[in-house]
Amino acid sequence: MKNLLEHIGIEPGRLHFSWISSAEATKFVDVANQVYEAVKEVGPAQVFIKRLAEVA
Amino acid sequence: MIQYTDKIREIAGRLLKDGTVEVFIGYRKGTVPMMNEPVLIRDPDQVDTLHWDVNCGLNLCNYLTRRTEKIGILATGCNSRNIVTHIIENQIKREQLYIVGIPCTGMVDHRAVKRAVGGKEILSAEQQGEKLIVKGADFEKTFEIKEILQSNCAVCRHRNPVEVDEMVADPVPEQEGVEPYKDVESVEGMEPRKKWEFFTRLISRCLRCYACRNACPLCYCPTCFVDESRPQWVGKSNDPTDTMTFHFLRAYHCAGRCTDCGACERVCPVGISMRQFTKKLNKDAEELFSWEAGLTLEQRPPLDVYRPDDYNDFIK
Repeated sequence: MKNLLEHIGIEPGRLHFSWISSAEATKFVDVANQVYEAVKEVGPAQVFIKRLAEVA
Repeated sequence: MIQYTDKIREIAGRLLKDGTVEVFIGYRKGTVPMMNEPVLIRDPDQVDTLHWDVNCGLNLCNYLTRRTEKIGILATGCNSRNIVTHIIENQIKREQLYIVGIPCTGMVDHRAVKRAVGGKEILSAEQQGEKLIVKGADFEKTFEIKEILQSNCAVCRHRNPVEVDEMVADPVPEQEGVEPYKDVESVEGMEPRKKWEFFTRLISRCLRCYACRNACPLCYCPTCFVDESRPQWVGKSNDPTDTMTFHFLRAYHCAGRCTDCGACERVCPVGISMRQFTKKLNKDAEELFSWEAGLTLEQRPPLDVYRPDDYNDFIK
């Protein structure tokens, strides 16, 4: 899934997978921070965005 | 291929007469040249409608899903791999099937022929050995079949069926030295933005007719995710994002199952090369799981089993 999304042009660093047990609070914090940093580096998404029709 | 056609008719007639099968699934000549269509025959007197040539590119496995009778079916390399996939996924039982194997040297890309004659109307296309003779109102052109093959057939590595009860002819030699994933590699080398542009352009003409899904033997869900409205997984408009979501997810549903039979591309009314999506998944399945779909009944597909050494670089 990650490979195919990146193949069609989603930047590496935007999509993250992790397995965290409910007992692994520190791992959760670490992963959340890593995801935040990685996504911040890639910047706002430019592609694969659906804009809703503008209604008057 | 007149020899194949005769042999197929003979086998089908025999199977229907002696009751080995109740229905025989094969091809007949289409009403339009180069568009042979699937046919289900129950009456042994009608086997003469069966036909075989280089225009039998639709996948017959599509007609097997959840049937209950005894079935005779034609199978080329890729079709037989889809039959194996169907058996593995419990859509049909092996005991129900009598598989008539065809050593296949590839199907003709009808669009390439149409382009080569300048888009003029083709009134007949006859195969004579290695050549295809195409005639229209004011032209006649002869093609070497190996130069106008469908792109999936040109890089095919499994021309002979893998699971058969009877062959119509001796196996053909497999192609050596083909590079099946060259186009995927060229996309892999691009920047993310270029990749996005490549795929956006690729599907820009998509009408969302879902012909690719309907022609695909893997797409047998009673209700497809694109047709569901509660919940509605993907928008039904032709919004480019929805179209991309459709193509992306359709492809992903074929992960580790696609045999690259090319039926999706063949039926696309606007000629989209949607195999660019599925081929990436095939390449990954082969590189990361040493898996090519439908080669054996003995092994479960990679997305079906857990192995401690499975590829998991993507997970933290």
